[in-house]
Order: sequence, then structure tokens, then C-alpha cells
Amino acid sequence: MLQLIIFSTLNGVLYGMLLFMMASGLTLIFSMMGVLNFAHASFYMVGAYFGFEISRRIGFWPGFFIAPIAVGAIGALVERYGLRRLHRLGHVSELLFTFGLAFVIEELVQIFWGKLPVDYRVPPSLDFVAFRLFDTTYPAYRMFMLLTAVAMFAALLAGLTRTRVGIIIQAALTHPDMVAMLGHDVPKIFMLVFGAGAGLAGLAGVIAGPALVTQPSMAASLGPILFVVIVVGGLGSLGGAFVASLLIGLVQTFAVAMNTSLAAIFGSAAPPFLGDLWQVTVAELAPIIPYVLLVLMLIVRPTGLMGTRET
Amino acid sequence: MISAMRLLAPWVAMAVLFAAAPHVFTSGSALTMMSVMGTMIIFALSYNVLLGQTGLLSFGHAVYYGLGGFVAIHMMNAVIHAKLGVPVVIIPLVGGLAGVGFGFLFGLVSTKKAGIVFSMISLGIGELVSSSSFILRTFFGGEEGITTNRSALAPLFGHKFGPQIEVYYLIAAWCFLSIVAMYALTRTPFGRMCNAVRDNPERVEFVGYSPRVLRMISFCFAAFFAGIAGGLTAINFEIMNSEQLAAEQSSLALFMAYIGGVSSFTGPIVGAVIVTFLQITLSDVSSVWQLYFGLMFIGVVLYAPDGVVGWVKLHQQAALRGQLWRLAPSYALVAPAFAAAGVGAIMLIELANRQFELVQSEGSAMRLFGVGLDAATAPPWIVAVLLFGAGAVAIRLLWPRIGDAWGAVNERLHSRDAA
Amino acid sequence: MTSASIEPETEARNSRSTASGGGGSGRTDAESFAASVAEVQVTNGEEEVMKSGLAGCALALCLSAAPALAQDTIKIGYIDPLSGGGASTGEGGLKTYNFLADEINAAGGLNGKKLEIVPLDSKANPQETLIQAQKAADQGIHIVIQGDGSSVGIALEDWVTKFNQRNPGKEILYLNYGAIDPVMTNDKCSYWHFRFEADVNMMMAALTTFMIDRPNIKKVYLINQDYSFGQAVHVAARAMLGQKRPDIQIVGDELIPLLKVTDFSPYIAKIKASGADSVITGNWGQDMTLLLKSAADAGLQTDWYTYYASAVGGPTAIKPTGLAHRIFEVQEGFPNSAPEAAQKFETEFRAKEGMSVWYPRAVNEMNVLAKAITLAKADDAKSIAAQLEGMKIEAFDGGDAWIRKDDHQFFTDLFIASIGPLDPGAKFDEEGTGWGWKTIGAVKAIDTVLPTTCKMERP
Repeated sequence: MLQLIIFSTLNGVLYGMLLFMMASGLTLIFSMMGVLNFAHASFYMVGAYFGFEISRRIGFWPGFFIAPIAVGAIGALVERYGLRRLHRLGHVSELLFTFGLAFVIEELVQIFWGKLPVDYRVPPSLDFVAFRLFDTTYPAYRMFMLLTAVAMFAALLAGLTRTRVGIIIQAALTHPDMVAMLGHDVPKIFMLVFGAGAGLAGLAGVIAGPALVTQPSMAASLGPILFVVIVVGGLGSLGGAFVASLLIGLVQTFAVAMNTSLAAIFGSAAPPFLGDLWQVTVAELAPIIPYVLLVLMLIVRPTGLMGTRET
Repeated sequence: MISAMRLLAPWVAMAVLFAAAPHVFTSGSALTMMSVMGTMIIFALSYNVLLGQTGLLSFGHAVYYGLGGFVAIHMMNAVIHAKLGVPVVIIPLVGGLAGVGFGFLFGLVSTKKAGIVFSMISLGIGELVSSSSFILRTFFGGEEGITTNRSALAPLFGHKFGPQIEVYYLIAAWCFLSIVAMYALTRTPFGRMCNAVRDNPERVEFVGYSPRVLRMISFCFAAFFAGIAGGLTAINFEIMNSEQLAAEQSSLALFMAYIGGVSSFTGPIVGAVIVTFLQITLSDVSSVWQLYFGLMFIGVVLYAPDGVVGWVKLHQQAALRGQLWRLAPSYALVAPAFAAAGVGAIMLIELANRQFELVQSEGSAMRLFGVGLDAATAPPWIVAVLLFGAGAVAIRLLWPRIGDAWGAVNERLHSRDAA
Repeated sequence: MTSASIEPETEARNSRSTASGGGGSGRTDAESFAASVAEVQVTNGEEEVMKSGLAGCALALCLSAAPALAQDTIKIGYIDPLSGGGASTGEGGLKTYNFLADEINAAGGLNGKKLEIVPLDSKANPQETLIQAQKAADQGIHIVIQGDGSSVGIALEDWVTKFNQRNPGKEILYLNYGAIDPVMTNDKCSYWHFRFEADVNMMMAALTTFMIDRPNIKKVYLINQDYSFGQAVHVAARAMLGQKRPDIQIVGDELIPLLKVTDFSPYIAKIKASGADSVITGNWGQDMTLLLKSAADAGLQTDWYTYYASAVGGPTAIKPTGLAHRIFEVQEGFPNSAPEAAQKFETEFRAKEGMSVWYPRAVNEMNVLAKAITLAKADDAKSIAAQLEGMKIEAFDGGDAWIRKDDHQFFTDLFIASIGPLDPGAKFDEEGTGWGWKTIGAVKAIDTVLPTTCKMERP
């Protein structure tokens, strides 16, 4: 039992940190530019594939540094030549553009790397056991993922609170119009933020690729959860995104571990009309818990846990 | 009298088109495709009641389509089982009522706010319902869904609606009625107030209406017609499963409405026709049909945000004034550039597909536009790059001419307005 | 009067388009969000006609292509996913059938006609499958093959039955090589459907018979996908284990959402906590590969009894687990123990197509079909079906095989194999991993026969 709790906590925190790596970029982009970037999970996928390709030809560590930068560059280009053109047409057009982009990226990935999962492996330098607890092992690679995510969060926090650009970005998170009126080159900041957000997602992909299967559907499976995270956490709030990522990561991981159902608690005679719901276990409900959270949050508190804006 | 005839003319024309289509396109698969188009037209139009008319971008519209279809199919099975004399022609109404029922229920929470909050709630509810379809097995039938047999219901004037042609006419009739109803909706004061809510909700409150109530009613109407489309789908395919509730189905509504054009009533109709056609036939032509689909969608978003109908309407005023000829020279110049860029792009995509993905399984030889090519050699690639590059550059250089031509056209149009 | 009413509209339209383009600073996000969608135009008469015409033209361009019907080929429609998530499996099947058709054509075809496999993309969607089946019917194809997914298979079987009822003389035959929900040959059976893979219950019967003689199995954990197939697996597992090895304790019974889980570590943790020594699973696709990956990460030491470990991506995910010869699968044949002719076929197939023979059952299927067409001296559905019922052949992997008249199920010997480093002399490894299947048990076809509730309507 204790073993289950410890490992579920570790796994939950890890999953949450992975979500946060992507949600942080998405929050920044959404809060500043009002663009709900449907292609964010696609950048994650591209990062994983770039990481795979580079690690195949040169090595994992070069890939670890080059791939996120490459993805960030692609993100900046997308902003410069795609989204910028659409700012004047409004948020709907930008959103739909990223929608179509997600589609196209998935198809392009399938052309270049095929439809099957690719063999993106943990590098030998990290392929050992971190520790052993009650005869279950915990791989060192997962600890590395955890450390990277924490380091990234620390760097992001430092960058936003201590550098000049960071302070401008913080201001633009809550008062974008004012920042523009103060004379800052808002389009350039937008491009920077979008590129950085994409790069962060790419980094998440590079490290998650070996642990989770690297395949063309990885973007579509993680995409909706990301939106839940940023809405539940609160728009415009990085801290909120952090809390929400951990919350969802832990809740989902723990829910899977629980086999109770209403039937198990109250006995198997179901009241009328509740037939299926009576038998279903918490574990089976695990995938929909984030969406229940989303809807509840939007009804009860549309600004999210720590957000300051509604839109 | 004459103005009444002018008013009715397009509707009569549409009715004639619907009735005559199966006699022009007689193959079985054309009939299937037109039947699907009929249901998708209703679905896309219902989506536009939300997006184009009330300004609500929903990511979960398929919920009402799917739930309407499921209730309809269960009703059909119940009628068959109890041997009630209910003909299949009123089953879509059952779907519509189910749609509006769920629309009311979910609308209570969805329509409290507009904008991004609305979109996110719709996304959440959409995912919730589609995920719970795997949990509530008795209603949704799990992965394999629920099936029925439309010929087992009571016949109408001897028709059992077994053959596809009869189903087509059923769908066409409901499609016509739905189009009329939704068009009428746009002409009522309610429809106009929905437009007002879209444009300036604060002002609507000052005028004395509640934006919330208006959004709610609009939502219910949209869900009603989506439910009708769902019911027709249940009759057409005789199977409903959780795919009809999924996010992909909701995105489809968005694609259809947007590609056709959300700023006009007929946009979604054209969009539904085009998208359904592409969905069904493009996969026969190329294994990367989804890529073309996505690129086309991005193209519409970037360059033609009012969709196909918007693009046609852009030329409508000019055409009415007889100014269209002014555009002809510049269009004629740019058209080959577009063709070259288009062909070049298609070549690049198909060559890449062949060389990277298919080469191991099927070899590098291929046929494109009737010409045999080998994707492993350089010449086809060079040709593709040249075509695409030259086309793109030419478009870039020649585009100002189109701008100039339009300037001349607009000048004529406005000078006549002034006069 | 009419021209005057147009003027104000134009003015309004022009002024509005500039207004929404500007975007005032006083507007809230909600407003600018909403205003970015242009206004609904009041349509006038000309527009309706024009748009109807537009739609009409769109239709005309689209539908006017009429496919040419070649009378001297026998067309077989292959309806499986060729795009999207299931494409890798669907394409593998297509390659298999193309290879088999080429072989038959090289030997002169059937009744003097060549075979042609027509690929139709089902997009793994039941509705799309029905559309493709209608397309096939329209092209004069009256034999369709499908295998990826029971949900699709059940829909197709239902459609074929109804279509054949409503269109006498144009019947279509449905040959199923992979949709193994038992209901397709029981409550929902159809005269026009023939299934060439052992169904869920037959496979579980073979597995559990194999488990009778393995006393080291004491605690079993069941983990399956939550849909008709996975449910059939766990129901069959419980029933048959209870019958054949009542001493085995079932310490866990998990149903996971289909193809949705990305992180299996919680499930592995549960398996660990339960103390299971064996896991029975019908998982396929990423649900299999991710599960095994997690097991490898956590160092889980259990035996795995599977249906689809050999499917695409499986061996690649298995090798890193280090679980040599502890992952088992039940199938109608494995290359390293196959008769010589089958091994020759395997070598040629791998050389040409770059993949293993995933479907020995496809070879059986095509052999049976070829025999039926040759015997019937015709290739319409009715004649073929009449020949297929009760047909007997020698299976690809050896032994007698036949099709039962009652439910149109094909019976052949089933084998259980484990995957691990190749024995000396074994020729075939999987997916370039160096590990291959080693057959360790066999169940004769006659012992896989189970009763059926099928009451099919015969023409």
C-alpha cells in the first residue's frame, strides 16, 4: 500500500511536471496574445521526433540542446509569417490557423517518419536504476525528467522576474494594450514568446519521447489535457498552471490506482437508471476526471484557481 | 406579385435541384454521397447558428448531433420492438427534440459567459460526453455502437425506406425544411438580436434584452437542428457509435462552416458539400489526403477568411455592375502562377510521401497526373521545386496588379453609389 | 426600389469591415472576439440562385467521374484503415493481400481471370467503412475483406446482410480476417460473413488449455481494453480459468480505456502490488507497447499471455524488457515451427515486403477463396458462399482446417509461442530485434471448436 502511494506520487508529480513544461508555454502564449495555440502539443511531438532523429545520427545530448532550439525557431517562423498576418482578423482566425497547423504537422510527421512508433531510446548514460523500494525499481531516466522540469521552471521564474524582457512579458500577460502604448515592440515580443513557448514544448518532447512512445498520435492524446490545465490553473497565471498541472497529474495517477466503484461501496444492487454508473470503477473514470474539473471550474470560478483574467 | 415570385424563385430552384439530383447523378455511391451531404448541410447550418449568427465558437457541437442520433436510434428500435405504427419519416424530429433537450441542459452551464469561456466549456462538455460514451454502455453500445433496421418500421404509403433512393428523398425533404426554418430564423427579430449579441453584448443589455437568454435560446435552436441531422444520420447508416460524439465530428462542423464562409447564410451549405465530397473521394486519390485538407483549411483561414461564399460575394457587386471584366487581365496573369505553384506543391508532397514513407514498401516508382516518375531520382524533385518556386515568386510579383484592378473596380462602384 | 435597398447594405458592409479591422482599445476581449466574425448578410434572391448553382457545380465536378468496369478481373475490396492511427496495421494487411493476389495471378489467375485488390480506406470508422462498402458495391466489387477492429466488423456484417436483402442479385461477400468479437458468429451472425481468425473464446480456450500444465501459474492479473473485444477476453478468461484451473487466483481484473492511456506506470504498480505472477491481456497497438515499456521500466517480473504481442511495434517494445521467453502469444502459426513450404513463403514475403507474415490466416483465407472460386466456376457471392460452407483444406501451418456451416467460422490448429533470443537453427527473428517466436504448445483444431448460437437466414 505504502509502495503504491509512494510510486503513484512520484509518477503523478512526474506526469504533472511534464504537463507543466507544455502548459507554461501555452499559458504565456495565450495570456499575451490571446491565441489558444492548438498546435502546441504538435510542437511537443516535433520536438520528440527531432530529438529522435538527432540522437539517431549524433547522440542524445546534442539532441537535447539542438532540438528545442529548432522547434523554437519553427515556432517563431509560424508566428511571424502565419499568426502575425491574422492578428487583425481576430482570435477566431488565429485559433483556427493553429487548428489547421496541428493537422498539417501531424501529417508531415507521418510522411517523414512513418506511421509506426519510432525507436527513440533512453541514452545509455541514463539507463540505470535510480533506486529500489520494496522490490520495485524506479528508473533514473524518470528522475532526470523530473530534474529537467524543475530546472526549467526555476529558469522560467528567474527569467520572468529578473530580466528586463521578463518584466515586460509579465506586464504584457495582464495588460497587453498598455505595454504596446508604452512603446515596446510588441510584435517582436510576441514572436519571442511564441518561439520560446514552442521551444519549451519541444524540450518536453525531447525528454518525454524515450519514456512515452514517440508516434504521430502523441500530440492528439495530450492536447485536450493541456487546455484543461491552463483553464483550471487560470489564464495569465504561471503559478496557477504549475498547481493545476500537479493537481491533474496526481489526481489522474491516483485515480487509476483506485479500484473502488459505487457498487463496491454500496453493494451491487443498482438503483434504476444508474446501471452502468454503479459498476464503473474510479480507475475507469480516470481519463474523464480532468474534463469534469474543467467544466466545474468554468461554472464555479471562470478565472481559474489563480488567474486574474477571464478571457 | 412579381416581388413574391422573385422571393420564392431561389427556394423553388433549390427544391428542384434536390429533387432532380438523383436523376442526374445516378450511381450508387453518388446517391450515398448526396445523402451524407444532406445531413451535413443541416449540421453545418446548425453550427453556424452559433458561430456566424451569435458569435459563439463551440468545440463540442457534435454532442447534440450524436445524442440526437442515439435517442433517434433507440426510439427506432423501441418502435420496432413494440410494433408501433410510427413511420420513419418523423424519427428526425425525435432526434431534434433530444438535441434541444440536451441543449437546454448543457446550455444552462455553457451559455453563462461568451467568448473563450464558452469555447472551453464546450470543449470540456464535448470531451466529457464522448468519454462517458464508453462508460454508459447500455445507451451508447460501447465501441460497436447501436444498430437498427429502418425498413422494419411502419411503411409510409407503401415505402419502407430500404433502398438508398428513398432515404435520399427523406433526407432531402428534411434538409429543405431545415434550411427554410433556419433562414426564417435569421429574418426574425430574435435572429437580429442574436447578431447584436455577437457584435456588442453590452449594448444589447442597454436595449433591454438579456444576452444570456438570447445565447441560451440560440444554443437550443442550434442543438435542435443538430439533433435532426443526427437523427437523419441514424436512419441513413442504421448505426450510431461514439465517433459521432467525438471531437473530430465537432471539428468537422467547424471546417464545413468556415470553409464555406461563416459570414453568409449559404456559406455552410457550400462548405458542407465541398468538405463531404473531399472527405469521401480524396482518400482514393492520395494517401496523404489529410495533409491537403489541412493545407486547404489553413489557406482559407489565411487568405479567404470569409470562405468560398465570401470570395464569390466579393465579386458579386462587381459582377452586378458589369465591372468584372476589369479584373480579368490580372486574374489571367496570376492564374498560371497559381497553377504552377499548386502543381509544384502537390508534386513535392507526393514525391516526399513516396520517397520517405512508401519507398520501402512500394518502391520509388509512381504515377502523378498520368506521368510515370521515379521519386528516387533528382529530375522530378528539381521540376517540382522549380514549379513551386517560380509560381510562388510570380504570385508575389503579380499580386499588386490584382490590387490595382480591384482599386479601379471599387472606384467605379463607389462613384456610382455617390451618384 | 430594389437598387435603393442594396445601397445601404453596401455602405454598412464597408463601414463594418473597417471597424472590425481596427479593433478599438475600449473593447473587451469578448467583444473583439465576437466581432471578429463578420456579420450575417441578408441574402437576396440572386445570391440564393448563385449559391445553389455553386453547390450544383461543386457536385457536378465531383460526381461525374464514372469508374471504368473491367470485366476480366475479379475485384476484391480491402476495407481497412489506410490513414490515421490504424494505418500501419491496415497497410501491412494490404501488402499481404497484394502479395497473395500476385502469387495467384502469376499462376494464371482464377477461372482465367486475374485478381485485383482494391484498397478502400475505412479510417477505422464504422460509418466511413459503410461508405467505402457502398463505393465498392458501386464499382461492381462483390467480395470485401476486412480485419482491423470488431466495432467496424460488426457494422460491416450488419450492412452486408441488409444490402444483400435489399439488392437481390448483387450480393456481397464479407471475408473477415481479424474482427474476432464472438458475437459476429453467434447472435449477429450472417450467411454472407466468413471469419478466418479464431475468435476470442477459441483463443482463450487454447491459452487456458495450455495453462493447465503450468503449475507455476498461481496468481493471474487480467488487464484488457474496455470495448467489446477486451470485455470478451476478460469474460472468457474468468470462465475458462474457473473451469480448467480453479486453483488459480485472479488477483486483478482491469479494463482500460481504449488507446487513451499514455502512462501505464500506475497500472504496473497495481500489478506489482497484487503479487501476480502472470498477466493475461488482449491489448494491442499502443496499449500493448506502452504497457510493456512501463513493465520494463519498473522491472516487473511476470509472465505475459497475450493475443497480439506480435503485432506491429510489439517485438520492438518487448526486447528492452529483457523478459526472454516469458511473453506468450496464441496464433494460428509461427514461422520458426512452420512446415517447409510455409517457411519458404515467409522468406520470400520478408524479402519482398520488408515485414514478417503477420497473418498466416490471410494465406489460409486466400487459398480457401481460390479453391471455392475454382470449384464454383463462378465468382459471384452466392456461388462462392455455397462452396465456402463446409470447405476443407490443409492449413498453411499444417494440419486439417475447415469452415463450419453453422456459423461460417474457420477452424485450424492454434499454437502458443514465446518470444526470446533465437534458438540455433531458427531462421526468423522479428522486427530486426534478434528475438523470434519459439513454439512451445499446440492445440488441435478439433479441440478449439466451441458451440454457437448462430441461426443465420439462408438465401
